[in-house]
Amino acid sequence: MNGLTFDIAHLLAGSLVLISFMMLYQDRLFALINVFALHAVVLALSVAWQAYIQDAHHLYITAGIALVFKAIVIPVGLHRIIQRLGIHRDIETAVGIGPTMLAGIGLVTLSMVLMLRVTPEADPLAREDLAFALSIILLGLLVMVTRRNAVSQVVGFMSLENGLVLAATGAKGMPLVVEISVAFSILIAFIVIGVFLFRIRERFDSVDIGALDDYRGERR
Amino acid sequence: MSGFSFDAVAAILFIPAGAAAILAAMPNYRMTAIVNVIASLLTLLAALSLFVTDRPAPGQYLLVDDLNIVFIVLNTFVGFTTSVFSASYIAHELETGRLTKPNLRFYHAMYQIMMFGMNLAFVSNNIGLMWVAVELATLTTVLMVGIYRTHEALEAAWKYFILGSVGIALALFGTILVYMAAQPVVGEGTNAMVWSVLIEKAAHFDPALLSVAFIFLLLGYGTKVGLAPLHAWLPDAHAEGPTPISAVLSGLLLNVALYAVLRFKLLLAASPQAIGPGPLMVTMGLTSLIFAAFMLYRRRDIKRLFAYSSIEHMGIIVFAFGMGGPLANFAGLLHMVMHSLTKSAIFFAVGHIAQVKGTQKISEIRGLTESHPGLGWALVIGVVAIAGLPPLGIFMSEFLVVSSTFARHPWLAIPLVFGLLIAFGALLLRLTGVAFGEPRGGMAPVEASYVPMYSHLALVFGAGIYLPAPLVAWFQHVAGILG
Repeated sequence: MNGLTFDIAHLLAGSLVLISFMMLYQDRLFALINVFALHAVVLALSVAWQAYIQDAHHLYITAGIALVFKAIVIPVGLHRIIQRLGIHRDIETAVGIGPTMLAGIGLVTLSMVLMLRVTPEADPLAREDLAFALSIILLGLLVMVTRRNAVSQVVGFMSLENGLVLAATGAKGMPLVVEISVAFSILIAFIVIGVFLFRIRERFDSVDIGALDDYRGERR
Repeated sequence: MSGFSFDAVAAILFIPAGAAAILAAMPNYRMTAIVNVIASLLTLLAALSLFVTDRPAPGQYLLVDDLNIVFIVLNTFVGFTTSVFSASYIAHELETGRLTKPNLRFYHAMYQIMMFGMNLAFVSNNIGLMWVAVELATLTTVLMVGIYRTHEALEAAWKYFILGSVGIALALFGTILVYMAAQPVVGEGTNAMVWSVLIEKAAHFDPALLSVAFIFLLLGYGTKVGLAPLHAWLPDAHAEGPTPISAVLSGLLLNVALYAVLRFKLLLAASPQAIGPGPLMVTMGLTSLIFAAFMLYRRRDIKRLFAYSSIEHMGIIVFAFGMGGPLANFAGLLHMVMHSLTKSAIFFAVGHIAQVKGTQKISEIRGLTESHPGLGWALVIGVVAIAGLPPLGIFMSEFLVVSSTFARHPWLAIPLVFGLLIAFGALLLRLTGVAFGEPRGGMAPVEASYVPMYSHLALVFGAGIYLPAPLVAWFQHVAGILG
C-alpha cells in the first residue's frame, strides 16, 4: 500500500478519536453539538477517502449521508430543540472531567491493546481502523454514561455510531454498509423526534433503573 | 415441490408485511383486530407447512434448517394466540379510553411489522440481515411500549430504546469483526456474511478475532435476551406497555436474541482454537438467575414481578445452552418452549386482572380465585408452572437442566439449585396473596378470552405428563446440531 494513502486514512481515523475526547469535556450542550458536527465532518472525509482508495463507489453514499444528515441536519435540529426546551444553559456532566478523561484514556489503551493483538494478520489499514473504531465506540459509551441529559446521551450514541461506520467502511468489501448506515440514520431520526415530541428533559434524563423503581414505589 | 416450499418461507415473511400495510390503511378498529388475528393465523399455518414441504437450498439471504423451524413455529404460534388475547384486551382499553382509535391502527400495524421482523431474523442466513431484522423488531416494540404516552410509559420506552440501541451497536461491531475474520478465508463480498458458508469454513478463521467478535455479540444480543447486568430495560418495558406486548416481549423477542446468540455460538464451536463460548454463557446465565431470583422478593408491581421471572428463566436457558452437550441442549430447548408458552399465558391472565382491578400493584390485588375464578385459577396454574412444580412442563425441563449439571459439573449445580429455590419461594409467596384470601379491588365481571391462556397451559401440562415421541426425536436432533 502506498505510504501517503495509508497516512491520510490513519490521520483521519486518529482525528476522530481525538474529537471523541473533545466531547468528553464539553459541559455546555451547544458546544457538545458543535463538536459532534465536527466529528461527523471528519467521518465523512474518512469514509470518502476509504471509498477512493478501495475504489468502492457506494461508500460515497455513506459519506454523503454522514455529511448532510449528521453534520448539518441533526445538529441544526438539536440546536432548535434545545432552545425550545430551554435547557441550553445546563451543565450536565454526572462525573467530573478529570476522572472521565482518565477513563477515556484507559478505554483507548484497552481497545488498542485488544484489537492490535487479535488482528496481526489482517490488512494493516483495516486493523488500525478497527482499533480506532473500537476506541470511538467505547468513548461514545462513556459520553452516554457520564451525561444525565437525554440530548447529550443522543449525541453520545451518534458518536458511537460514527465509530461503527468507520469500522464497517474499513472492513474491505463488506456488504450492506450503505444499508446499515441508512438504517442507523432512520434510527437516529426516530430518537431525535422522540426527544422533541415527548419533551424528554432533565426529569427524564436518566437510564438509571433506580429512577423508575423510585417512581413506582419499588424501593423504600 | 421446491417451488411450493419456497412459498412457505415467503409466506411467513409476506403475510405479516402485507397485513401491516393493510392494517395501517384500515379505518374500522373492530376490523383491524380481526384482520390481525387472521393474518397471524395464516402466518402460523405457513410456518406449520414448513414441516411437510421440501426446504429450499440455503441462499445468500434465507435459510431454513431444523434449528430455526422450532423457533419459527413457536414464534408464529404465540404470535397467533397473543393476537386473539390482544383483541379482547384492546376492546377494554378502548372502552376505558386509555387507547384511541388512531392509536389502535398504529398498534396493529406495528404488531405485524414486529412479527415480520422476528420471522425475518429467524430465517435469515446472512448475519447482516439478521442484525437488521432484530433491530426492526426492537424498534417496533419500543414504539408499542410507549403507546400509552404516560410519563412512565415514555420513560420505559426511552430506557429500552437507549439500552437496546447500545446493545444493537455492540452486536453490529461483533458482526463486522466476524466479517473481518471470514474475509481472508471466504473472500470479499456477501459470501463472507452468509451463515451457512461461515459455518463450513469457521475452522480456518482467525480464532482470536472470532473470540473477540463473540464477546461483542454476546454482550450485544445478550442485552436483548435480558441477561444481567444488561437487563435494566426489561422490567420497565414489560410493566409500562400494553400487556399483549409484555407477552410477546417475554415469550418471543427474548427468544429472537437468544437464537442469534446460539447461531454465533455454533460458529465459535466450529473453530477449535477460539475461546469456548460455554463458560461465558454459563456465567451470565447463572448471574441472571440468582440476581433475578433475589429481585423477585421486592416487587410491588405484578407485571414487573413476572418480568424479573423472565430474566430468571432466560438465565436458566442460557446456562443450559452454555453447558452444551445433547442432554443440556435438549433441556434448554424444551425450557425455552415451555417458558414462552407459560409466560405468555401468565401475561394474558395478568392483563385481564389488571384491567378488572384497575391496578398493577400486588398489594391491591387479593383473593382472585374467589372474585374471578377463571382468571385466578389460570394465574395459579401459570405461577405453579413457572415456579417449576410437577407435573407441569417446566418442572421437567428444569429437572433435566439440573440433572445434566449434576452429571457433568456437580459444583455448578449448587448455585443453580439455590437460585431456583429462591425464585420458587418468591413466586409462591406472592401468589398466595394475590390468588387467595379476602377479595379486594374491582369485582366487575370480566369479558376475558380464556381460550389463549388455557390452551397454552394445557400444552404445558400435557408436555409435563407426556412428550410425544416424534417431538422428543426432533428436539434431540436439534440438540445434536447445537453441539
